Parts: sequence; C-alpha cells; structure tokens
Amino acid sequence: MAQMTMIQAITEALRTELKNDENVLVFGEDVGQNGGVFRATEGLQQEFGEDRVFDTPLAESGIIGMSTGLSTQGFRPVPEIQFFGFVYEAMDAINGQMARLRYRSGNTENAPVTIRSPFGGGVHTPELHADSLEGLITQQPGMKVVIPSNPYDAKGLLISSIRDNDPVVYLEHMKLYRSFREEVPDEDYTVDLGKANVKREGTDVTIVAYGAMVHAALKAADELEQDGVQAEVIDLRTVMPIDFDTIVESVQKTNRVVMVQEAQRQAGIASYVVSQIQERAILHLEAPIKTVAAPDTVYAFTQAEEVWLPNYKDITEKVNEVIHF
Amino acid sequence: MKRTLENMEEQFETFQILNEEGKVVNEDAMPELSDEELRELMYRMVYTRILDQRSIALNRQGRLGFYAPTAGQEASQLGTQFALEQEDFILPAYRDVPQLIWHGLPLYKAFLFSRGHYHGNQMPEGVNALSPQIIIGAQYTQAAGVAMGLKKRGKNSVAITYTGDGGTSQGDFYEGINFAGAYQAPAIFVVQNNQFAISVPVEKQTAADTLAQKAIAAGIEGIQVDGMDILAVYAATKAARERGINGEGPTLIETLTYRYGPHTMAGDDPTRYRTEDMDNEWEQRDPIVRFRKYLEEKGIWSEDEENEVIEKAKEEIKAAIKKTDEQPKQKVTELIDNMYEELPAHLQEQREEYKEKESK
Repeated sequence: MAQMTMIQAITEALRTELKNDENVLVFGEDVGQNGGVFRATEGLQQEFGEDRVFDTPLAESGIIGMSTGLSTQGFRPVPEIQFFGFVYEAMDAINGQMARLRYRSGNTENAPVTIRSPFGGGVHTPELHADSLEGLITQQPGMKVVIPSNPYDAKGLLISSIRDNDPVVYLEHMKLYRSFREEVPDEDYTVDLGKANVKREGTDVTIVAYGAMVHAALKAADELEQDGVQAEVIDLRTVMPIDFDTIVESVQKTNRVVMVQEAQRQAGIASYVVSQIQERAILHLEAPIKTVAAPDTVYAFTQAEEVWLPNYKDITEKVNEVIHF
Repeated sequence: MKRTLENMEEQFETFQILNEEGKVVNEDAMPELSDEELRELMYRMVYTRILDQRSIALNRQGRLGFYAPTAGQEASQLGTQFALEQEDFILPAYRDVPQLIWHGLPLYKAFLFSRGHYHGNQMPEGVNALSPQIIIGAQYTQAAGVAMGLKKRGKNSVAITYTGDGGTSQGDFYEGINFAGAYQAPAIFVVQNNQFAISVPVEKQTAADTLAQKAIAAGIEGIQVDGMDILAVYAATKAARERGINGEGPTLIETLTYRYGPHTMAGDDPTRYRTEDMDNEWEQRDPIVRFRKYLEEKGIWSEDEENEVIEKAKEEIKAAIKKTDEQPKQKVTELIDNMYEELPAHLQEQREEYKEKESK
C-alpha cells in the first residue's frame, strides 16, 4: 500500500490495465512523450511502447471516431480528451456514434472505450476547461459516466471502466488531482460501476453529491454535527447509471434530502435524481428536496469563480432549510 | 509518389479506362480481369440497377421505408467493392447498401434496414462492415480507426469508407483522412461526387477544382476517377488497396458520378435543382450502357444474358421481400436489451414495463 494522489492512482490504474490486457491502448493529445498535460500518463509510453501509448493529431472528433473504429478490431481504447470543455468537438462521435454502436448493430458490435477527461472548477483555467458537462453524456442512452472523488475510488473505478464492455466517460476533477493523498492498494482491484458509497452515516438528512462536491458535503456534515445534525453523505461515484437503491434506502432513514452538484442547476443530474426520489420515496419525505448547484450562467470567468462554485456553506444552509422546514 | 501543389490539373486529371462509347482509351491501365470477372461486374451492375428500380417501386407502394436511390452510381459503388477481399472492412453511408450486399449482406437484411428493423443492421459472421452511416462524415474518422486497428493486428486488409461530395465539407472528413495519413493506416476514402449534396451543387460546396486534391492537405495519395467507368474505378481501388497493405498509407478516391433519382424517396424533387439537359448529359455516360458495349464488342455478353440477369434479380428480390415480410416484429424489450452488455437497474425496471405492455 502506498500513499497516492488521485492522479497517481489514475496512472496506476492505466498501468495495471496496460499490463493486464494487450488490447488496451492509451492515446490522446500530448499523452505520449509528454505524459499528458497533467502527467496522468507519465512514463507509460516508455514502459509500454509507442504502439500502445501514443500521441494523436489535435482533433477530438477524430480521436473519438478512431476509438470507435479501433473497437471493431477488438481493441479497448482509453482515449483522453485533454479538457472536458473540448468535448463539444466530439459530441457526434460520442453521443451520435460510440454510444449507439451496440444498439445500432443489434448487439453485434460494441465499443469498450473509456474516455478520460479532466474537468472541474476552482483551478483558474481559461474558458471551456472547467465546465461540468457530465449531463451532456448522461442524457445519452448507451453511455456510462463515472466521476471519482478520491484516489482509492479513482483507481478501482478506472479499472472497472476499462474492463467494461460499454463506453464510459470517466471524469477527473482537476481540483482533486493533487489536493490530498490516501492509501491505495498496489494490487489490482475494482470498484463497481453504478454503486454509490455512503461516505458518512447519519440520521437527520441525506446529502447526495459526486466529484469534488463530496468533500464540500463532508465538510458541511462536520459543521452540522456541531449543531447536533447528523448528515448522511452519499458519494454517487457513477452518475450514469445512478444507484437509486442506496439513495432511497438513505431517504427512508433520514426523510430529508439535499442534492449537490457543481454543475449549473439546469445541467448535471440533480433534476433527474430529485425526480426519481419523488417517484420512489415521496411519502418518506418530511420536507421538499433542496438542490445546491451553480447558477444557470455559462461557467464563471476566473475572477468570479469562487463565489459561483457551490461550497460547503451553501450546503449547510440548504440542510438547515430542510431540517427546519 | 506524393502529390504536390504544382500542376494540379495534370495530377488530378480524371482517370479513365473505358470511354463513353465503351472503347478502351488507356490500355496501360487495364486491370487484369478474366472474362468471367468482367461478366461478373456486368452481372452485378445490372442486378443492382434492377434492385434500385424495384426498391423505388416498393417504396412508392409503402412497402420499403427509407431508401436512397443508387441508379447511376453502380460503377462507383460496385467497382470499389469488387476490388476488395472478404476480410476488408466497409464503412458505408446510407446510399451504399449495394456494396454491403455484394460484400455478403443478404438482400432481406438490406430491406430490413430500409424498414427500420435492427436485424438489418446485424452483419452476418464474416461480413466485415458497419451498417450504413446516417451522419455525413462520421464514418471517415471511424474508418481511420478501423484501418489503424487492422494495421496493429498485422492483417493484410484495408478499411474502405464512402461519402459524397457534400461530405468533403465536414470536419470529420478532414480529420479522418488526416488521422489515417498520420498513422499511415490502410484506409481507402471514397468520395462519390454525384454533383449534388441533396440540392447544393459541388461548385457551392468548395472552391477546390477537384475533391481529390484535398488529399494533398493530408499528405496522402489522391486520385480523381471517372465514376461511370467501372474498370477505372476498380483499377484505382485495387491500387489503393495494394498501397494500403504495403504500408504506403491511405488513398482518397473521388469518383465522378451522378444519381439519376432523387436524394431519397422522402420527398426530394430533383427538378428543383437540376436541369433535364444535365440529367441527359450524365445518362450519356451511363456505366451499364458503356460496359455493355465493351463486353458485347469482346463477344462475352448478350441481350439474352442480360435479360436472364434481370429475371433472376426480380425473382430474388421477390423472394427476399417475402422473407422480409416474415421476420418477427422487433420489440422494445429487444431494443432495451441491446443498450448495454448488462442492463443497469433503471433499464431493468423499464424492461419489465415494456415486457408487460408487449404481452398484451
């Protein structure tokens, strides 16, 4: 066991799968010689050779289209979109093509592709780097979307994603890349896709979050505890499919919910989660479900970013509203 | 030989072997084809023309569904396919159903594709192809990936993909040829320039004199071919295939052709954008008429034989339609089953719902 940052855990997962399966290919802009702009693929080209880990021309649609093509020849591509804001260039290649390959071919073809991509606010990027665009993909049947919140999950979820025989978008929050370390096992292990994790148990309110917002939720829960409120925090880990069973089980216990996402209110998955809770557990609710999300503007310019992004105070505020409803 | 920006007209002069009168004008370029193979080419073109006529009729009777007419493009479609081996991988556009059929897709499956049944998209074992692409150009980047995969696997086969003149304006067109060039992948990119993207003429599509010259920007081989001359189309594709498997990279082939019919059977009216003169002018170049002259001159084709082919095609089409009619209706539960390898919980719930509905 070693202490690792999330980005180290991601590199470890890539190394593990490159070793385990010769069909795994890792590629994208600057991922070869340079080891990726965040060093997620550091050393992998040296270790596995240019045939397995390589640079691509600078064109996102081409990278994803090529991945679908490689799938037909039995490869398991792990392309990188350098920043997820660039995904618009590849929207047809993902939602119009890759997502539909199994369906379109009547289950005779499939695309076991894992698209890795950094995203997330708080790191002062230029425009179209930090946006939370997971909702664009979760709305496309055929895709899975994974967003880890910590190094342990990052490794296990990435290994699961690569082994999955359907396409996965695996989103890496930039703020979490190097913000903390934790124990990550050396051996290969998986964390199941579609399984949420109860990060903290509580009886008074359920806070549902994913990605960096899990940490804001945990901090809010610490704060709330001082006021005698026991918050349960659920880390979704996979935002498509969503583990409604875990959410509903928690709601049945706490009877109150705050849904948290970094994406704008109209984006992300909050609306879907809230609608499903009301369909599945409305009679267990003692208060309306509140949502913590960014405002419905285009992602904030850097100087307004800190206020624009949801934070733990926004969460405690909403929790107090549902507790004192 | 790398193409350059110099002497473009010369470099992209239309490659032709058989002229409109069915005379060989380029003896040196004549491909090595036996009489039997030449007759096979004719057989396929005649058969496909009949298939087109029957498909249009069936569509008008409301018995087919989505259909993009192919008449006029037989040399371009079948000449390229005939140069392939069974292991080669086809990524067709929606008009390229004939190539799939001659690559091994049963006729009734082609009809199922038209009717919107997923069984029509299921390629039989050994037919290396994807189902027809609807989005213009998306198949070009995928073809680069297939070709790259074939190269990585050390296979002696190529990926071939098709688009039209309009497709060359898409970003994916350039990304596809550029990626394949960068990786020297064995891909053949065919542009069937039938002069119109639905209604927009090729002159409004680009300021480039030829579409083949777009290869220069990607640093790959490009050639413009008389797409009404099946021998030229075949020879150009055969050469592209050789280059591909010899590690010499991809080729862009522009075939100059014409679709006699409308864009699709869904209401397009070509008289809004084409003149009768233009139609007549292109019909003078008809691929079947010219090849018939050539074969008859050689004494290896006759009217009787052609009539036999026509009858055979009609019979087989009739039988295929019957088989199409007999296919079980597809169910929403089957569509749900085809979404993921393992159904996530929310889809399991929805499957139950539709199973219930479908049992009523």
